[in-house]
Amino acid sequence: MHVITDPLQYEFFRNGLMVATLVGALCGLMGVYIVLRRMSYIGHGLSHSVFGGAVVAYLMQWNFYIGAGLWGFLSALIINFASRRRNVGADAAIGIVTTASFALGVALISRQRQFTRNLDAALFGNILGVTRQDMLMIAAVLCVVVGGVFLAYRQLLFTTFDPEIARVYGVRTNWVDAGFALALAATVVVSMNIVGVTLIAAAIVVPPSTARLVTNSFGQMLIISTLLGAFIGCAGMFVSFELDIASGAAIVLLGTAIFTAVYVVTGAKNWWGHRRQIAIQTRPAIEFQPAGSAARTHGQTIAATEEHGA
Amino acid sequence: MSSHAIELQRITAAYDRTPVLRDVTLYVPPGQFTGLIGPSGAGKTTLLRAMLGLVPRVEGDVFVGGRRVIADRSPAGVGYVPQVGGIDWSFPVTVENVVMMGISSQRLVLPWPSRQERRQVYDVLERLGLNGFESRHIRDLSGGQQQRAFLARALVADPDILILDEPTASVDIKTRDDILHLLSELNRDGTTVVMTTHELNSVAAHLPWVVCVNGGIMAQGPPEAVFNAEIMSKTFNAEMRVIQDDETGALLVAEAGVHRPFSLDPDHVASVA
Repeated sequence: MHVITDPLQYEFFRNGLMVATLVGALCGLMGVYIVLRRMSYIGHGLSHSVFGGAVVAYLMQWNFYIGAGLWGFLSALIINFASRRRNVGADAAIGIVTTASFALGVALISRQRQFTRNLDAALFGNILGVTRQDMLMIAAVLCVVVGGVFLAYRQLLFTTFDPEIARVYGVRTNWVDAGFALALAATVVVSMNIVGVTLIAAAIVVPPSTARLVTNSFGQMLIISTLLGAFIGCAGMFVSFELDIASGAAIVLLGTAIFTAVYVVTGAKNWWGHRRQIAIQTRPAIEFQPAGSAARTHGQTIAATEEHGA
Repeated sequence: MSSHAIELQRITAAYDRTPVLRDVTLYVPPGQFTGLIGPSGAGKTTLLRAMLGLVPRVEGDVFVGGRRVIADRSPAGVGYVPQVGGIDWSFPVTVENVVMMGISSQRLVLPWPSRQERRQVYDVLERLGLNGFESRHIRDLSGGQQQRAFLARALVADPDILILDEPTASVDIKTRDDILHLLSELNRDGTTVVMTTHELNSVAAHLPWVVCVNGGIMAQGPPEAVFNAEIMSKTFNAEMRVIQDDETGALLVAEAGVHRPFSLDPDHVASVA
């Protein structure tokens, strides 16, 4: 019990616990769409891109959330737009846009060395130094994203499944994509101070990938991924406190451990089911013989039919 | 306002600078069942996509259901069944999810379907012989069932015009016949059907109206009019001949070119046996 109660005595830990849980849920929810759109590295790329925006916001003395948020939104829109072109894939678009933006941030830092330290939080996360404004921003973004997903659930599902055909059936996919880019940028901006630019991809990718292993239902995947993200964020904080390691790293490592465990268990279950199917399908078969000779049977093992599309 | 279900007036369609289709004019009257035939890369799919506003560069006028089609704005009242080759089969959706996409996508609604929407979905699945498959993952269906699930998505909103891209590709003979009978039934009920096909003898020859496509419209008319050696050879860029089956009277299209006969090495066959 001390493992749980001891750290809760500290206010900084309670604040950190709350934001880690909220950020975990937010990344888990958004992650479902990101993973299913096969844009897993957009979180990684966009956080690097936002880093460039954060530096510019700092230089121009803008509010961090406004500067970095606008920068992230524009980057996400450009990535979406570029990846729709037939000859530029999403991975290439992410690579080009985000590294250019990150390079801009690095270039500006190298000219203005005095504020390098202040951006450490953006790079590596500073979950224990969260302010009240950070907490309110995270809570607000989570509420807006949950509301958006609830109201536009079907449009988001169809657009994620097949954007072109969704357009044929009347879904305004451009608006859905723009809303998605906005939500994605907001998620990255509010999460990067918590888990850090370098670890945000894992916070976004691990919960939905784990959820996908246990369900074939989109709705269930959304719920499991969100709850799992919240759990990983919460439990990761205790692991961080107990082992005295960086909170962002603890959250990501715990998530990866859970993914690995689920992967092994579901893999073993599938293997066992496959073996049973082979056993059931082992039947005597009639072997073809040339005309004039009698057909003979022997105990031939019929290969188990591969599951279609597996 | 156009009186045709689909009207394409001198359109040139392209994805980039090179046009896939040039100067195409096509009229599809309401209630017609039209098949588009032509070799791979002839522009059949592009022609369908132009009708749906999915081709980025279209010069000329396209009207569907009496309304002008503009890029990125698909016409209402149209059901579309794309080629299933582009589907992400690992995506976590059930048959019910897929069919539900065909309705209520336009407005903000609750995530779960209403009773009426569920009724609509069940009715169309029953019509297509997929009742009981609602909660199955799409990957767990056979090729024919998958094709029917996407056909159900196109039909669930009861469209006036149905556009299908190779609906009988990669399915067995019985499923192909089932799909064609269903389309024929829908057509009898007044639905305008336009589909592409590579199966000349088993599908196109039985359709009431055939359009030959190869970068443009080569010919169109009933199979008896367009299934001749000259038109087929021009359409498929190969020497073709058309023969008539003595028993059934059906027209059969075949390649007429001389080919090196295909055979296996007897030693190799013996070593495997």
